[in-house]
Amino acid sequence: MSLAVQFQHVTKQYGSFEALKGISFEVEEGAFFGLLGPNGAGKSTLINAMSGLLVPSGGAIKVHGYDVIQDYRQTRRLLGLVPQELIADPFFTIRQLLELQSGYFGIKGKEQKQWIDELLERLALADKADAITNQLSGGMKRRVLIAMALVHKPRVLVLDEPTAGVDVDLRHTLWEFTKELHQKGHTIILTTHYLEEAEALCEKVAIMQRGEVKALDTTSQLLATHPFRYVRVAVENRNTALSMELKTRLVEDDNAGYLFRLEKEQSMSDMLGMLHHSGIAVKDVRTRDATLEEVFMALTGAAQA
Amino acid sequence: MNNFNAAGCWALFVKEVKRFYSVSVQTIFAPVVSTLLYLLVFGQVIDTQIEVFSGLEYSQFLIPGLVMMAILQNAFANTSSSLIQSKMHGNLTFALLSPISPFEFYLAFIAASVVRGLAVGVGILVIGVFGFDLSFNSPLWILLFAVLSAAMMGGLGMLAGILSDKYDHLAAFQNFIIMPLTFLSGVFYSIHALPAIWQQASHLNPFFYMVDGFRYGFFEQSDVSIGLSLLVTLFFLTLISAINLILLNKGVKIRK
Repeated sequence: MSLAVQFQHVTKQYGSFEALKGISFEVEEGAFFGLLGPNGAGKSTLINAMSGLLVPSGGAIKVHGYDVIQDYRQTRRLLGLVPQELIADPFFTIRQLLELQSGYFGIKGKEQKQWIDELLERLALADKADAITNQLSGGMKRRVLIAMALVHKPRVLVLDEPTAGVDVDLRHTLWEFTKELHQKGHTIILTTHYLEEAEALCEKVAIMQRGEVKALDTTSQLLATHPFRYVRVAVENRNTALSMELKTRLVEDDNAGYLFRLEKEQSMSDMLGMLHHSGIAVKDVRTRDATLEEVFMALTGAAQA
Repeated sequence: MNNFNAAGCWALFVKEVKRFYSVSVQTIFAPVVSTLLYLLVFGQVIDTQIEVFSGLEYSQFLIPGLVMMAILQNAFANTSSSLIQSKMHGNLTFALLSPISPFEFYLAFIAASVVRGLAVGVGILVIGVFGFDLSFNSPLWILLFAVLSAAMMGGLGMLAGILSDKYDHLAAFQNFIIMPLTFLSGVFYSIHALPAIWQQASHLNPFFYMVDGFRYGFFEQSDVSIGLSLLVTLFFLTLISAINLILLNKGVKIRK
């Protein structure tokens, strides 16, 4: 499998602040790749460095073997970025913006007009094609950004928090469209705060924190290596005090009962024994594996997993 | 592959022209009207009282200067306002993500500022020829100075747009640098009418050479030689272009 993107010891400094501390990893061609991390982890900085919106302080980034600094014309043709910030242009309609953007890439003609029509149709923008972007809602602006990123048919699509502030319907539309692009062979790189989305969509994820990669693996492997599974216990008697060994395993305590974490090698009978010793009358027990959010929080220390 | 992206450069140029054309009342007609007001007030009222060059009425002297002042100010306004607006709205990102080189970016913006400067200049001249006795002795000099000066001011506007983080910065650049230099560039007077020290000071103002060279094209009289004016204009155009290209290549305040 050839490589779509290679990050090689990428650094970015703002004065004494190191936004990226020597990031190195690769994204394979055709992958659906998730770039996760808390706010300020450096995800957008890395994506912007790849897209040419900022100049890295050191290292190299290659897209399909081309260097983003030396061979920027090739890499920008290969990349389509949906930026995180919403963008408006008070002078042009959506269709005009798409035509102008095509022009920047030197693409014109009947075929391109058809592609623009298709994008407008697929992203439910056809009836707003002649509207100025300033007049659009946030969700519409987000769709325009996706159309702009796809107008030159890039092989790698980078989506920086594409569903932030977007309603449920549109979120589903966007993911369906993105999955379709992935099936057609596009490499997708995604940053998102919605970890359940990343878990459902991404085959591989990198988790970043404070400018470093904390974890890089397939989503299934990351979930598999998490040391705990989770036990949801519905109880009859909520006022019973928990034993010390249960307290150390307690993750959540709400009206429905308790959520405990349990080492994978421990059996359910051990868990039931602990509940029994605390005098808890168990109404129902359900177990599940860790979610990506729990893996994420364990790795970034955002909360006790 | 790293050859000139002519199609991309052209598309950006077209976008910039369409941008100012879509608000042409503000970008073309308003400066034409305000310049004609200058002409009305200064030209008609003072016309009979001053003779700047021998055999030349004051209004004949004034019109080329006013035209050049309008060209300079509008060429500057085009690049500077477009860049700062694009930065504020974020839509500069679209051009930055495209395979357009810093030189192509520069060329497209400067060419559009020249078009706007010339559109305003031609607008004033078209109305001017109906009311005043204008001669166009050397049209090539007129065109050459109009284009080079507009390009230089477009470049200065780009520099201001790149360096400004907000509209306030741009306003400071415009009000404290561009306006004084254009008003003190001999638009309204011949520098020979000034005291010696102010004549010397005027020679330090690059805009003076642009106005003087442009005026030469109309009635073949000028304060300094046409060759010197051309040299100074070319020098500043080259200097401003070089500074802009260095900043664009480094991505200063654009590619953060």
